[in-house]
Amino acid sequence: MTTTQDIHSPDFLAGDEFTIPTFRLLQQDGTLFEGGESPDLERDKARRIYRAMVFTRVLDERMMAAQRQGRLSFYMQCTGEEAAVIGATAALDDADMIMAQYREQGALAYRGFTFDEFMNQLFGNELDYGKGRQMPIHYGSRKLHYMTISSPLATQIPQATGYAYGQKLAGDGHCTTVFFGEGAASEGDFHAALNMAAVHKVPVIFFCRNNGYAISTPAVEQFAADGVAPRAFGYRMHVIRVDGNDILAVYQATREARRIAVEHHQPVLIEAMTYRLAAHSSSDDPSGYRSKKEEEAWREKDPILRMQRWLVGQGWWSEDEEKELQERLRREVLETMKRAEKRPPPSLDTLVTDVYADVTPALQRQLDHLKTHIRKYPDAYPRGARSLDPDVVAGDDAAVKGGE
Amino acid sequence: MPKMNMLQAINNALDIAMAEDEKVICFGEDVGFFGGVFRATSHLQEKYGRARCFNTPLVEQGIIGFANGLAAQGSVPVAEIQFADYIFPAFDQIVNETAKFRYRSGDLFNVGGLTIRAPYGGGISGGHYHSQSPEAYFAHTPGLKIVVPRNPYQAKGLLLSAIRDPDPVLFFEPKRLYRASTGEVPEEDYQLPIGEAEVTKEGADVTVLGWGAQLEVIDRAVELAEKEGISCEVIDLRSILPWDEGTVVESVLKTGRLVITHEAPLTGGFAGEIAATIQERCFLYLESPIARVTGLDTPFPLTLEKEYMPDHLKIFEAIKASVAY
Repeated sequence: MTTTQDIHSPDFLAGDEFTIPTFRLLQQDGTLFEGGESPDLERDKARRIYRAMVFTRVLDERMMAAQRQGRLSFYMQCTGEEAAVIGATAALDDADMIMAQYREQGALAYRGFTFDEFMNQLFGNELDYGKGRQMPIHYGSRKLHYMTISSPLATQIPQATGYAYGQKLAGDGHCTTVFFGEGAASEGDFHAALNMAAVHKVPVIFFCRNNGYAISTPAVEQFAADGVAPRAFGYRMHVIRVDGNDILAVYQATREARRIAVEHHQPVLIEAMTYRLAAHSSSDDPSGYRSKKEEEAWREKDPILRMQRWLVGQGWWSEDEEKELQERLRREVLETMKRAEKRPPPSLDTLVTDVYADVTPALQRQLDHLKTHIRKYPDAYPRGARSLDPDVVAGDDAAVKGGE
Repeated sequence: MPKMNMLQAINNALDIAMAEDEKVICFGEDVGFFGGVFRATSHLQEKYGRARCFNTPLVEQGIIGFANGLAAQGSVPVAEIQFADYIFPAFDQIVNETAKFRYRSGDLFNVGGLTIRAPYGGGISGGHYHSQSPEAYFAHTPGLKIVVPRNPYQAKGLLLSAIRDPDPVLFFEPKRLYRASTGEVPEEDYQLPIGEAEVTKEGADVTVLGWGAQLEVIDRAVELAEKEGISCEVIDLRSILPWDEGTVVESVLKTGRLVITHEAPLTGGFAGEIAATIQERCFLYLESPIARVTGLDTPFPLTLEKEYMPDHLKIFEAIKASVAY
């Protein structure tokens, strides 16, 4: 349905009638902007958010180093975007569904995913919930309401609309938040997702991390419009743009978005303006497409430092606590990494399970054939051979993991 | 003759095509200034300008829809899909549009100028979504041509043919070999035929057939087999559509045995099509069942990738079993 009035000369509109402001509360020195009011965020919760941000930063630094040492095949950092991801997660109910793109490990950290759980996935060992089938960083947790990551971009966005529609029907008062980058928002799936959510009045929060780059492609080559936010108008949806490095603004905006979604069954689009401080992934080198100067300017806007200053100003955090937290996290990340590296790979049978609910006879034959072959050449397939006969090939699996 | 790796050979082919014909236009995600995530389009924007080599927004269906329109207009688009695993949002544009453009319009319009490049295949710890070999999905679509090169020399000659071919071509590049495969490549312009297989090694006892990255694996298997006194004939199919039945038939009439290998899963894989045709045309000459050495009928795994892959040892075993049948 359209509501329109007649005009009698051909006056075009270009969308420039709208300018979308950016919601900000916290300045880089840790004090509030004049006129900004601190959201209702109690001490314990603020500290939980901060610890999750530092946890994420430490994990990312250590695992990127491990990748460089050849201990891990691949890694992706959240660096610079911790406030956007964790601030949004903290504003949700812990039982709300999260469908992430791939750079949102901070959401899991906030909800209590342990270092051991991260490491088991990263090293694809026998304890990995995903059974060693996906590349590192493709986490998933049913108990923490975090959908398993899929590499294809934007596929999770319309799925979030569907998931949230089910939540609305179930009447359990929960919503779904879906994270994606400004690049993924160019995919057709994004547009389908927003339109369906608006038409069917679905409690879903579309959270766009506009971090400036899709691998090497800068946002100016991604869209001609003023960011992603204006698209909400086309679907008649609530929208807010927020400083993604401002933990208080992200938290408050998402909390309000959740209220609109759950109480009024209306989808909301949030565009968080931030910056991908690290490379796209361990396979990428940003020096080929952006300047150190640009990166430095954003490093000055570090979201973790900004929140730390605010916490200290509140009297909720101290230098001693910072030191203790950093040391403990660094120690734990190393210990858990060593443990995970040494664990055996998933059993050979996991190659054919979960393709269907039950293994088909044809797949069973393929597996049996493979086992016969591996028994003939155990040295050529150390992982498969170890799975078939753990006593015969009991060497450290790390030996076959590096650099593959 | 200069030595090039496969990426350099592809880059060189694109350079030649763009220099020769200003209608040739290269685009895709990160293809412009950066030169693509694998650098296949390095320096092309610098040389030919932003209008002819550019980044697109991140939307595969848009890239191929745009390319279809551009080709219909008379330009010669070379569109890159960053990984073959990400070609599926464009499946509709390729299967329903690219493949049928000429036929449905009674040849009023066509998109014959279009070439779609995409890196495919496993062996790089890429898991489900950076490893797949989707050629068989497209092989079920009349109107498309599908080409897969095995080394730098082949890549350059076949890509130049694909760009100049009067029909749309899907050009799947074996990314595991992008830097690993090197060889002598002439600097000048040359083309290799689409639709023709190549016998890369002659032999008497068994024909071993594959394409792309599997050729390197076949060579290792054949080395083992020959040590055991089995004489192998090796065929690089090179084109999946149209495929060269004649060369394969001729070889199997001679050897009486055929082993086909591809990385994609067994069921519905292109080996099945070849096997069906060869048993029709060579039935009375076959000494053993046609063997297929392929990926398992599962999504592409990660930790157990080595176990999944149709490697040289599995091919070697299939060769021995075929000869001993």
